[in-house]
Amino acid sequence: MHKKISGKILWLPLCFVACGTLHAQTKSGKETGLGRPATADEVKQRDITTLPSGAGLPEGKGTAAQGEAVYRDKCALCHGPNGEGVPPQGTQLVGGVGSLASDNPIRTVGSYWPYATSVWDYIHRAMPLNQPGSLSADDTYAVTAFLLNRNKIIEAGEVMDKESLPKVRMPNRDGFIPDARPDVGKNAARSDEKKNRKSETH
Amino acid sequence: MKDKSNDRAKDISSRTDSRGRRRFLAATTTAMAATVTGGLTNLWGEEGREPGSPLRPYGERSPFEKAARKNSRPGQMSGTGSSLTPLENLYGIITPSALHYERHHSGVPIIDPEKHELLLHGLVEKPLVFKMEDIKRFPSESHIYFLECSGSSTGEYLAETAATPQQTAGLFSCSEWTGVPLSTLLREAGVKPSAKWVLAEGGDASRNARSIPLEKAMDDVLVAYGQNGEAVRPEQGYPIRLIVPGWEGNINTKWLQRLHVLDQPSMTRDEAADYDDLLANGKSYRFSFVMEAKSIVTRPAGGQHLAGPGLYEITGLAWSGRARIADVEISTDGGKNWRKAELQQPVLKNAAVRFRIPWNWDGNEAVIGSRCTDESGYVQPTHQQIVAARGTHARFHYNGIKWWRLQKNGELTNA
Repeated sequence: MHKKISGKILWLPLCFVACGTLHAQTKSGKETGLGRPATADEVKQRDITTLPSGAGLPEGKGTAAQGEAVYRDKCALCHGPNGEGVPPQGTQLVGGVGSLASDNPIRTVGSYWPYATSVWDYIHRAMPLNQPGSLSADDTYAVTAFLLNRNKIIEAGEVMDKESLPKVRMPNRDGFIPDARPDVGKNAARSDEKKNRKSETH
Repeated sequence: MKDKSNDRAKDISSRTDSRGRRRFLAATTTAMAATVTGGLTNLWGEEGREPGSPLRPYGERSPFEKAARKNSRPGQMSGTGSSLTPLENLYGIITPSALHYERHHSGVPIIDPEKHELLLHGLVEKPLVFKMEDIKRFPSESHIYFLECSGSSTGEYLAETAATPQQTAGLFSCSEWTGVPLSTLLREAGVKPSAKWVLAEGGDASRNARSIPLEKAMDDVLVAYGQNGEAVRPEQGYPIRLIVPGWEGNINTKWLQRLHVLDQPSMTRDEAADYDDLLANGKSYRFSFVMEAKSIVTRPAGGQHLAGPGLYEITGLAWSGRARIADVEISTDGGKNWRKAELQQPVLKNAAVRFRIPWNWDGNEAVIGSRCTDESGYVQPTHQQIVAARGTHARFHYNGIKWWRLQKNGELTNA
């Protein structure tokens, strides 16, 4: 009886020590051992990130001519035969260049999107809406090429792949400025905001 | 299903008025005992009262309550679009999970938490895979935070003034979120010195993805599995989502399945070519993350009706993603005079703040609105100020003062 009680008394502080240590570990940067190491293979399989530099783009290639058929089968229903859009289902993808400062700005791949890699990335991630992830890398390059060509950014025969796509210069590449808010709202703490902004956009 | 319960409520309601209630009860006692409906209890003057509903494992609201989310743009492809929180029906600061606004880019996935994995990789010492059971073993935190879609109130830019609080600002909700700080997971993996951004990717069909500056990721971002005391709802990202306090809804990645530590933003569609504020000069703000100070009177407000002169409470919600709400002022004369409202305590950073003020309506026309100030000194701007700075095509991050017009007959409309 006496033994049992002293056992309990001993364990209680030990538990507190253990709990305190876990907390200290996460705060101080020491590892807890939770989670398991990711294997290189599973990272490769799940990683679909692309960057404007072209990093992350896979092997494969396509031209606008090849992309026309893919577009007709997979995209035209929502975005119109020529990328003119079918509101409200599908946004306009072609045209609008030069309209952004007008009373009727039209945001499309051609007029608004600053990076060609973003086009590839979005199609690869999210399109077609009813079956994202169903297009092959070749088809994705081809449809991207089709949209760039219809927007008069590349020629019909130009091959888009992981080397050429990041080199495409989009018309609105320089159309973006860092968030300048607070741009209204008197007495706004502009100095703090500028400090934050600097770190966000380096 | 919904219609059925509405009908039932209507039936019950009409039966209360009827003098034949006792006869009705007698005839249906057996049937009712077998259903969850139960009798209407606690009516004054009734004798021989019937017991009410039996216990039930998961509660539902009264059949008399009808508040519902509303599709903001019917006609879009199934699974896309957004639904709006009925702000005028809320009390206090918490949005019931079932009424939290929705914004989906590719529908709501059904994810088995036993199978769900979160991959953390990129510029880290040790790429890791977390199961839900791992994530729940880390020290947890709970915080009350608002979420607002950056497209909230978008129509107001074009002066398409919306008719009700739900329609104008219903892409706003507030919950208590529970989870593990993202910084804990990042430290576990060991972030490399070259890291500057974290791409967060959802497990919805569209693999919706946004890049978050590392400084914010290490600050107060939460990997949340709890919402208002229970598991995060499927529409809100079950089994785990990011909560990025004070920042636009879109960056609060739902159904979180991958975190990629990078030295630059990925420039996904939503950050590079969508959620950017297009200015009148044709340039766009990029990375407009913070949701700025905003408030709205939710009662009395457009779509409602006042029975007649006398005492009412003017109430509504205020919030700011930049700093704590300091003050909310109310005007009933279109902005000529302002009175300070009482703020419900506690007033929390990045949370909804409930404001209230008693008001004696004299029966004359009134124009009712609210204006909030946060602790950074930022004052909620007028529509005219916003349009002067950004033009009418910015689409996102609209936070102007919203006015409701009260007519002598008690009708309230947008002003």
